[in-house]
Formats: sequence, C-alpha cells, structure tokens
Amino acid sequence: MSRTPEPHPATASADETMLAVENLQTVFHTDKETVRAVEGITFEVREGETVGIVGESGSGKSVTARSIMGLVDAPGRIGDDSSIEFRGRELTGMTENEYREVRGSGIAMVFQDPLTSLNPVYTVGNQIKETLRVHQGIRGDAADEAAIDLLESVSIPDARRRLDEYPHQFSGGMRQRVVIAMALACDPELLICDEPTTALDVTIQAQILELLQELQEERNLSIIFITHDMGVIAEISDWVNVMYAGEIAESGPVGEIFENPAHPYTEGLLKSIPGRFPDETYLRTIDGDVPTPTESPTDCRFHPRCPKKFDACEEVHPAPVDVESGRGGHQAACLLYPDGLTREAAVKEHERQMEDSDTEADDE
Amino acid sequence: MSKMNTTPEQEHQATTADDEVLVSVRNLRKHYGADSFLSDDPVKAVDGVSFDIHRGETLGLVGESGCGKTTLGRTLIRLETPTSGEIRFDDTDITTLSGSDLKQWRRNAQMVFQDPDSSLNERMTVGELIRDPLDVHDWKTKSERDERVRELLEKVGLSENHYFRYPHQFSGGQRQRIGIARALALEPEFLVLDEPVSALDVSVQAKILNLLRDLQSDLDLTYLLIAHDLSVVRHLADRVAVMYLGHIMELGETERLFENPANPYTQSLLSAIPEADPYAESERITLRGAPPSPRNPPEGCPFSTRCPTKIRPEKYRSVDDDVWRAMEELRGILRERARTDRSIAMIARELLGLETRLSDIDEIVEEVFGGVDLPPELSTHVDRVVHEVTDGNPEAAQSYLKREIGGPCDTDTPEYYTVDDDGRSSYCHRHTAEYDPPSPTLRSE
Repeated sequence: MSRTPEPHPATASADETMLAVENLQTVFHTDKETVRAVEGITFEVREGETVGIVGESGSGKSVTARSIMGLVDAPGRIGDDSSIEFRGRELTGMTENEYREVRGSGIAMVFQDPLTSLNPVYTVGNQIKETLRVHQGIRGDAADEAAIDLLESVSIPDARRRLDEYPHQFSGGMRQRVVIAMALACDPELLICDEPTTALDVTIQAQILELLQELQEERNLSIIFITHDMGVIAEISDWVNVMYAGEIAESGPVGEIFENPAHPYTEGLLKSIPGRFPDETYLRTIDGDVPTPTESPTDCRFHPRCPKKFDACEEVHPAPVDVESGRGGHQAACLLYPDGLTREAAVKEHERQMEDSDTEADDE
Repeated sequence: MSKMNTTPEQEHQATTADDEVLVSVRNLRKHYGADSFLSDDPVKAVDGVSFDIHRGETLGLVGESGCGKTTLGRTLIRLETPTSGEIRFDDTDITTLSGSDLKQWRRNAQMVFQDPDSSLNERMTVGELIRDPLDVHDWKTKSERDERVRELLEKVGLSENHYFRYPHQFSGGQRQRIGIARALALEPEFLVLDEPVSALDVSVQAKILNLLRDLQSDLDLTYLLIAHDLSVVRHLADRVAVMYLGHIMELGETERLFENPANPYTQSLLSAIPEADPYAESERITLRGAPPSPRNPPEGCPFSTRCPTKIRPEKYRSVDDDVWRAMEELRGILRERARTDRSIAMIARELLGLETRLSDIDEIVEEVFGGVDLPPELSTHVDRVVHEVTDGNPEAAQSYLKREIGGPCDTDTPEYYTVDDDGRSSYCHRHTAEYDPPSPTLRSE
C-alpha cells in the first residue's frame, strides 16, 4: 500500500499466494427469481499485498467478501465448481466448526458500519476480550492487558480507561478502530475490509487508511479492500479488480487500471468522477443502469450500456484475456482485447476460452 | 490582507455589486436544548454565521458530519427556528414569519433530501407524491395540477407513465429524481440540496448532477448545495463555504479556494481527499482526533484542538515538534476525560476509595511522553498536572495547562480576514501580520 505503486508481485516469484479464488459462483434462489450475484470470478491475493475490489452497488463485491468468509446463508449458495483456497486449504464445503477456526486465526473481516458491528450493551473491553477468549483462550488480567495492547496498536489514546466505555461513547472513527482491533485480536493473515471508511468523514477516513497501512507493514497483512470510491482504491491498492454485475470486468496493477483502463466500463467509471475534466460543464455519464443478473450470461453483461459495443457483444460472453497479448497481469473481459488481434480473431479467442472453461467444468 | 470590522460578506458585496443578493444571513445561531433553565449546555449547531447567496448562483457548503451544515440548510428554509440572527430572503426577514405568511413564503424555498429511500412515502404513487405540495398549497385546479405533475416528470427525466407507480419500483437515482420533481412543484426560486447524491453510485451521481445543472439554468434557480464530497461541490458550486463546529472557516470562489486554500482547516480537509490517481504525490495533513462536541466547543478558535498550525506561546517556539505534539496530546486526553460521563459504578468506586477513573495518570504520562526528551520548563508543567490529577482536580490541571502552554488560538476568537482580491474570507489568527501565514507554516512541517 504505497503512494507510488510498485510493479505487481507477480514479477517477484518469492511472493506466496495467500488466497486463491477460482470460478466463484454465489447464487441466491428465491421463489420469484434466481439472482446470480457472483458469476464465476477468479482472482488471488498474495502475501502482504492489498487487493482492491471496486464496483457500484449490486456489482457483487460484498457477496464476494461474504463468500470468502463463509457467511453466505440460505437462500444463498456457493456453486459446486467454485473453489476458495486459503493457504492451500479448500474453504468451500467446510463445516461451520472448521470455518470458525479459519475465521478465528486466518481471515478477519471489518464491516462498513462500525455501530452495527459492535454490541451497544457491552463495553468495548468486554467485546474485545470475548474475541480473545473464544479464539485464543486468554482470560482474566492477561485478557485485559492484551485488549489494551490491541487498542494501543490501533492508536486509541488512554486505552485502559476506554476499555470500560460503551460503543456510544466513541466517535465514528474511534469505533472503526475498535472494530479493526477486534479483527486483529486473532492475529489474522488476511483482513477483508468491506467499505470500512464509507460511513466516515474524509479526515477520519485518512486516519483509518493510514492506520491500515501501518498495520499492514507491521504485521505483513494481506488486505482485500472493497469500496466504490475510486480515490480510495487508487490510494491503497497494489492490485485492482473492477467488478460489474457479478463478474470481474477488468483486473490489473493499480497503475495500469488508472493510467490505461482497458474495459469500456472502467473507462466510463473513471470519466464520471467529478473533477476529471474541469473545463467541461457536464459530467460524463454511462447510459442505463446496473442490471440484476438472473441468468447465466450468454453475452457481455455490459453491452446494453457500452459505447463501443459491436454485433458480437450480444452473442459471445467475453472471457478475461490479457489486454496486450504476451504481457501478463492486466486482464479485461471484453471482446475488444487482446489488443494485437483483429476483431474476428479476438472474438474467436473469447469463444475458444469460454468453451474450454465449459468443458473443464463438465469434466469435473 | 485587511482586517474587517464588519461581516465578511460586506466586502464581497462591494466587489460584486451587480450581483443581486437573494438570501442574506447575518449572525445566525441555532442552539438546541437551550429552552429550559434546567437543561444542560446547549448544543451549538450553528454558532454565528454570516453570508450572502446571490441570485442564480450555487453556494456549496462543506464540512464534516456534525459541523452544522444540515442544520444551517434547514434553518435557512425555516424547517428550524433560529435561536438568534437574521435571514433576509428578498428583503423579507423570514425569521419572524409565522402562520399563513410563512406558508405562503415556503413556496419560494424548497429542499431536496439526502436519502431517497426514506424521504418518499412508500404508500403514495409517484404522481401523488409530486402533487402533494400542490394540493397542500391549493395550487390552481385539479386538472391543472395533474398537468403540472406530468410536466415535472418529464422535466426531471422520468416519463408520464411513471405517474401510477410506487417509489419501491424505482432505482436510487430515479427516486432522487422524484424528490427533485417534488421540490420543484411550486416553482421555488431557492433550493437547499442536502447531500443530493451521496447515497448514489458514481455513474448515477453524474446524471443527477447534470440534471441539477440543467434545471438551474432552465428555471433560474439558486442553490445551496450541502455535501461532504468535495469533488461534487467543486464541480457544481460557484462559491464554497467551509464549515467547522458551527462556524464558517473560509468562504470564497470555488476554484481559487480549492487551488489555494487559505485556512488551515480547509487545507487539512482538502489534503485528506484521496485522489483517483495512484501516482498522485500529495502531502497529506492527517488531523488528530475527531471534532469536539458542539455542546462544549473550545474557547477561542473552534479548530484549535486539532489545528496543525496552532500558534504557540512566544517562549515555546523553539521547542521540538515531537515534544510539543506530546504536550498537546496530554491536553487532549484531559479534555476527553472531562467530557466522558461517569457511570454510577465509577462514582461508587470512587466513593469507596477503590480505583478511580483518573488514578492511572502516571501511566498516561508514560504513554504520551515515552521516548520524548522533555525540557525542564515543560517537565515542571507535567509534574504539576500529575499532582493536580492525583489530588482529584483534573479541571485545575486542564486550566493550568491552558494558562501555561495555551496561545492566542486557545483564548481569542479569530476575526474574518480577506485573503484574496475576490473577497475570500478566512477565520484564522494567522492572517494577522504578527504571525506567519498558515500555508507556509503547514508546508514546513
């Protein structure tokens, strides 16, 4: 999480993959309809790296996070071909007890609204100590000391006294720090932050982002950071996944995404940020609305809104391909790519890749 | 940089005399909970603000949550009754209006609310919702009202056949369009837009902002745009007012204010915005802590508890920055403790002579000053604080520190100073010749 992005760790082979998500499908079955909230996404998170997931509401970012944490309840279901591997262990299909252990020590999550993730009738100290007791078996004075250490590690001043206070006595930023302290209680290796700063003011957001960066350096944390704010993404991520209607539209190192956005959706999203074109009276927009996906895609889900659409977009479902062929890393799920190929050849390439993944799925 | 004896706006009026003033606000205050002699200190949500809004312009109002911007907006259209001060709307003092005069005036000023999910009645159709203000004000005949609703639907980018649908059938952006149509129904001149796009996604947000701009030029509207998203304000507003703890800290032409903020608070606020450019090299000023409670605001400058360029007393100017920061932190902790209510359990413990809430002052001092080389003159102050607190006089410790290490920012209210040739005003002690101006001071840190 540095201000000037380093090349993605893919180039440095020493980095280990912490989390590998493959073909994740999360589907919600209701009486009325089936909502395919996440549709076959694949990405990975390496050690000490921050992966940003950005998208509009309904794009499936939060469902992705909840799927990884094993928090998808009925009527939601994770597809049979989906795989979530954390440190080499397959998470899908784990029992609730096994999952608890992973949540206890491996992966922790910070939610958007700190007020709803804290219990108003217990003191902050009680809640932190509960986490310590359940996951690490620390009790009594040792738990007190551990809780104070945790509060100090998230820069809450006067920590000993604040243990006896209730969540309502904390300001919004301080509450979010408490939630982060609780997430750190189990010494996780991967921290999933689902819009942790959306409910906060910019000056407080800056404090929290700074805190997360410090913690990452100290503890070599991997972070998945979910937000709709392109500014926040630019600031903290090493690697960015742009989600649209349950799919990853584009992924790549943060510099590439912002400097050379490949997918027309990413381009549109970046252009609609106020202040991008200070001389223009009107903001640039993307026509239409985000669809709610109910069927398996047979076309490009963005084509009804796409300014660059052509005939094949309605018939071929794009696969994530390298933006420039032969150069790994930056991928876009768009029929306009790979860059070097003619349009027909590119479309053929997408058809071939989709067929491949279909037969692969059938084999299993 | 001239010191102004009058309100910040009068100077501005002089330079832009051709602009007609629509809303003129003077020394406006809105305090809550001051109505009975039994009540606690009042919450000073808006504490003496003065500004003008010119006809046809958009005035942006920015600030952190709790700074009083929404209260100010609501007070301007008389959804709240001001505690004191004056609001002149087209030369009518609206603070004294009541009854049918007030109702009649309300046609002129309407509001678009933040959350399109909770500001529309789910049981009414879109047509009824938009017609509601017309019905209330007994506007023309029934068929003319229906005609007007259809016209409004089209104007805000919805279609006539949406008339009989219910709000839940619409997306967030469309619901905000309904809210806008409703606000426009009575042909107001002045709209308060309270966070109109903060609940919307970027791509939807852009469409609503474009719509607001179109409507403004078509209908000659005047806007007060309240937002915490500074890029939205920068895009739409002609002038911006920056609010902190019930005060306007800086007010001026948008582009100039964003390019070259004068007030330390504006500087900190702007530097905190993450830029959508991973290569951006910005020098961030991270503010410590959160804004103080408006029930108990600091004396002197409202920003003094967090200001990165707070003026030090003469004799401590040479003290190391780290040491000084630690001293300020100690003050912050004492202040924070004074603010907390004591629970019954704590009071009981104190009475029984058990552990009290301030018994661990030594530990605090250790935490704050650990690794800091404290010069002797400051060391005596810290000892005195420890002494007072141990004796059970935390208030005495607080006022002692304020007396010893406080500067003008702690004791004197700043004035508004004009900081550019366009009449921009800023509320900060550092604009006087006596001290270094705020911007270079910030950069050197």
